[in-house]
Amino acid sequence: MSDITARFKLNYPEFSLDVDLHLPSRGVTALFGHSGSGKTSLLRCIAGLERAEVGHMKFGEEIWQSDSVFIPSHRRPVGYVFQEASLFSHLSARGNLDYAIKRAPPTDHPISLDQAVSLLGIEPLLERHPDKLSGGERQRVAIARALLIQPRLLLMDEPLSALDLPRKLEILPYLERIKQELDLPILYVSHAPDEVARLADHLVAMERGRAIASGTLNDTLSSLEPSLKLGEEAGVVLEGLVIERDETWHLSRVRFPGGELWLRDSGHSVNSPIRVRILARDISLAKQQHADTSILNSLPAIIEAIAADHHPGMLLVKLRLGESALIARITRRSADALALAENQPIWAQIKSVAVI
Amino acid sequence: MPFTAGDLTAIWLTLKLALLVTVLLLLIGTPIAWWLASTRSRLKIPVGAMIALPIVLPPSVLGFYLLVAMGPQGIVGQLTQAMGIGTLTFTFQGLVIASVIYSLPFVVQPIQNAIEAIGPRPLEAAAMLRAGPWDRFFSIVLPQARPGLLTAAVLGFAHTIGEFGVVLMIGGNIPGETRVVSMQIYDHVEALDYSSAHTLSLTMVGFSFLVLLLLYTFNPRATLSTGLK
Repeated sequence: MSDITARFKLNYPEFSLDVDLHLPSRGVTALFGHSGSGKTSLLRCIAGLERAEVGHMKFGEEIWQSDSVFIPSHRRPVGYVFQEASLFSHLSARGNLDYAIKRAPPTDHPISLDQAVSLLGIEPLLERHPDKLSGGERQRVAIARALLIQPRLLLMDEPLSALDLPRKLEILPYLERIKQELDLPILYVSHAPDEVARLADHLVAMERGRAIASGTLNDTLSSLEPSLKLGEEAGVVLEGLVIERDETWHLSRVRFPGGELWLRDSGHSVNSPIRVRILARDISLAKQQHADTSILNSLPAIIEAIAADHHPGMLLVKLRLGESALIARITRRSADALALAENQPIWAQIKSVAVI
Repeated sequence: MPFTAGDLTAIWLTLKLALLVTVLLLLIGTPIAWWLASTRSRLKIPVGAMIALPIVLPPSVLGFYLLVAMGPQGIVGQLTQAMGIGTLTFTFQGLVIASVIYSLPFVVQPIQNAIEAIGPRPLEAAAMLRAGPWDRFFSIVLPQARPGLLTAAVLGFAHTIGEFGVVLMIGGNIPGETRVVSMQIYDHVEALDYSSAHTLSLTMVGFSFLVLLLLYTFNPRATLSTGLK
């Protein structure tokens, strides 16, 4: 499958959008940024709901927008999930799903009604009207409806931001299942670091209508750009597989591209995928591997880059471990004492790993 | 107090007129309301004002101009004569046309308000579910604007039944052709036949009450204000 090309220029009195992006056509791509950064406008341009004065949009080999072409939104093979559930109030949950089924184009491997209903766990809700559903339930029905139009690209505009934390935690696992079970590229707009950390494979960081970074999640988060952080703390996300569970010590061993980590057992079974977040402040560096320490995870790495942090006493160090990268925050004094330099081998001592 | 034969003819004529006019109003008013609710054209405001004119004009003024226009020297009259239909003044057809124009704002405005209340989001959601513009109109706009359509139909119907001035100007008072109930009551009063006037008037009061009762039962939030803007 080929990729998505999106080049848009949009000018409003208070706001302008100017992006030129190549996005992968698999996995979850997060469009991440503060409100007003243009991520929703970008998504609406991709959907054809907004028409940029200058726009070139290609999905694989299909041109959706160019100087001479503009495919109207109702002819684009996309599913769209809005921020607030946009179920049709005059139809029941099932009626809303039927609305999509009736209009879905024929495909080779359609997502069936049963599959969509079980993926989102909405079987008991089907006969109810939208005003009799909770916010989280409405959003699950809206996601199922977007899947039943048989999209080749799923666009989600902050689908969880209108929900309170318990509702949000209720829906996130469903999104993870969609990601794992369907071969469907997803563009996911969000300003919430936790959602991005859990779902994204690829990250586009937006600021004031511009894309300031675009790359795999690990690459973008491990770059030493001070503006590229998920939330307050610099840190990376690693995705791996559980390969062992130690019953005696209640630990599990996780292999990720570039190394292995011991974690507190989080109930994940062997061979299940797992994501962990490691913050820069939780990594310290040592020239030798120490045996007499309480730190469980000590990994050999290569120093790839060193950059200033926002505090003059601190430095950020990017560490390379095979295909993955970590970042560590250490004091300038320690860096000087250890005489750290690029391309030097070093031991990364990881004090804390959060399963997400 | 039984109805006279003339009363029954007038009642039948009035119902026929009101039903026909209501159907025509919904057919004409809905697309106009849809256009007014969704257009960004600069014509929106002048067109809206023009349609609202009958709300503020005395019916006799409207009736007078319609009479002139449909008369033998008027634009419409010349056209209908050229088409070989003759003139429409003092005919049932003329009354239908006049009633449609007279009641149009009472139908357009509730529908327009209902469509505007739907907002853009359901229509965008429908577009993202591969519904084209016509599909969106029939599958989203009409069902979601249903309370507005119901209010509009009741208002259009009631207004047509209640009109007097326009009928007087353009229809005259021809039994079975243009003599509607309101004219018939006027005739009874002119003839000092208060008892017959009572019978018909009371029937009108009862009928109108029943219609509104049904409207409010099925659509408790309906208002009969036109939302004049």
